[in-house]
Amino acid sequence: MSEFILKARDLNKFYTQRSGRFGFGTKQVKALDNVNLELRHASTLAVVGESGSGKSTLARCLLQLQPLDGGSVFFQGRDLAELPANELRKQRRHLQMIFQDPFASLNPRMKVGEIVEEGLLIHDLGTKNERFEKALKMLKRVGLAESDLNKYPHEFSGGQRQRIGIARALVLEPKVVVCDEPVSALDVSIQAQILLLLKELQQEMSLSYIFISHDLRVVRHIADEVAVMHQGKIVEKGSIQEVYESPKQQYTQNLLKAIPGQKRQLA
Amino acid sequence: MAELLKIEDLTICPASAPSRKLVSNVSFSIEPGKTTCVVGESGSGKSLTALSVMGLLSKQLVRTNGRVLFQGQDLADLSTEEMRKIRGRQIGMIFQEPMTSLNPVLTIGFQIGEPLTVHLGLKGDALKAKVNVLLEQVGIPAHRANSYPDELSGGQRQRVMIAMSIACEPLMLIADEPTTALDVTVQAQILSLLDNLKTSMNMGMLLITHDFGVVADVADDVVVMFRGEVVEAGSVAQVLNKPKHPYTKALLACVPDAEGKKPLKPIDYAWLKNEQVPA
Repeated sequence: MSEFILKARDLNKFYTQRSGRFGFGTKQVKALDNVNLELRHASTLAVVGESGSGKSTLARCLLQLQPLDGGSVFFQGRDLAELPANELRKQRRHLQMIFQDPFASLNPRMKVGEIVEEGLLIHDLGTKNERFEKALKMLKRVGLAESDLNKYPHEFSGGQRQRIGIARALVLEPKVVVCDEPVSALDVSIQAQILLLLKELQQEMSLSYIFISHDLRVVRHIADEVAVMHQGKIVEKGSIQEVYESPKQQYTQNLLKAIPGQKRQLA
Repeated sequence: MAELLKIEDLTICPASAPSRKLVSNVSFSIEPGKTTCVVGESGSGKSLTALSVMGLLSKQLVRTNGRVLFQGQDLADLSTEEMRKIRGRQIGMIFQEPMTSLNPVLTIGFQIGEPLTVHLGLKGDALKAKVNVLLEQVGIPAHRANSYPDELSGGQRQRVMIAMSIACEPLMLIADEPTTALDVTVQAQILSLLDNLKTSMNMGMLLITHDFGVVADVADDVVVMFRGEVVEAGSVAQVLNKPKHPYTKALLACVPDAEGKKPLKPIDYAWLKNEQVPA
């Protein structure tokens, strides 16, 4: 097996937009424009960019949640698009996602225990008791209590809901986790907790993360490598140190310059 | 003149539960030409404090104690009519959500011009000219005056909000998380725009934020709020470099720095409870 667990080759994705007078014309918008990515085993690759740069489209396309218009995604050397539907479904267990909005991404009518257990049920893993035990263990690991199993998502704060979202994704023991802005909806104090939790879990479970974010300060703390997206293209990629300390592209330089807090030094 | 705005012992409670203090004995003041940043986590009472200055508190909330003095006058003594004359004329406000705080069925030119008509009685060509000047001031081409909000990007909409709030050249500007919804590059532009306007118009600015990076860039003074109380206040250099209160220290330790060298440390609220607070 190669050192890369996930590889994306020449990904293309177009959206058709109505344009012109009364929307009779159409215009193609390139959301992904020949995107190439490699994710190393047990490491974190951050994808940064401004809104509209295509980073969330990339996240969804990598996990085959959205069809591609060109290119392939290789997971452990196998092209995901070539897999038959039932085989892809099996592989999904290893490819999980943590969503941005902890308020919208949990089913309000399901209890937390059911939410966390659901993946195990779908993939038919273990007996009823084993599933329950596993879900409970995962919930405890992310910092929630046994009594929380029977609560509903609305009873939790934003940070706690994000913990539930993490437990839901990780209970399946995935290999690749795509985190789409997992901390951007949270307060700084909660953000720090969640970032540390994600880092600990990465080490314990040797997870590989694709970390989508617009916050360059957060990325610097969590990622090993970074890819900068602009208008559907990856304009620069490299190790955190390379990109942050000697950015080659003007666009990256502008992004780094815009990080707040540089005019005066923080304590 | 020393203070433009002085908040003294402001306390806000829900009307139904007067013992539950959402904002408790908050005091600070704002000087002309200076920016005071109020920082804190969600629920710390920063927005409520700002809304209460503007007299825009929801009816379910009541101010049970304290005064808000604007140029020495208690705003609570004013009638609705008098308050309306101050709001938008002498105190401008920028809201957090540029997507929802503009009226979608009116052109931006009309919306920027509205306070000018209401407060200053400008009409016709004079109004148009002033609107164009304002648009230019915030960096939007004047011909966009006939655009509707949905035709603009998030950053442009926030610029429109700024143009509206400074239209009547207010003495003070309250900005409630004006850049939270925006990209970093746009955020940097908006912040430097606000900073320039503050200097050129000698405005006092009350900026609410949760981002210490923003604080470091634009603040003169900082007020740190935690659970409805002011835990620390002082100059930006003092609060950021030599924080006294354990909460301020803990909050600063959560902020990822631009160099990525500092380890992140989440706030231990249980520890904070037992920690001695310096007087």
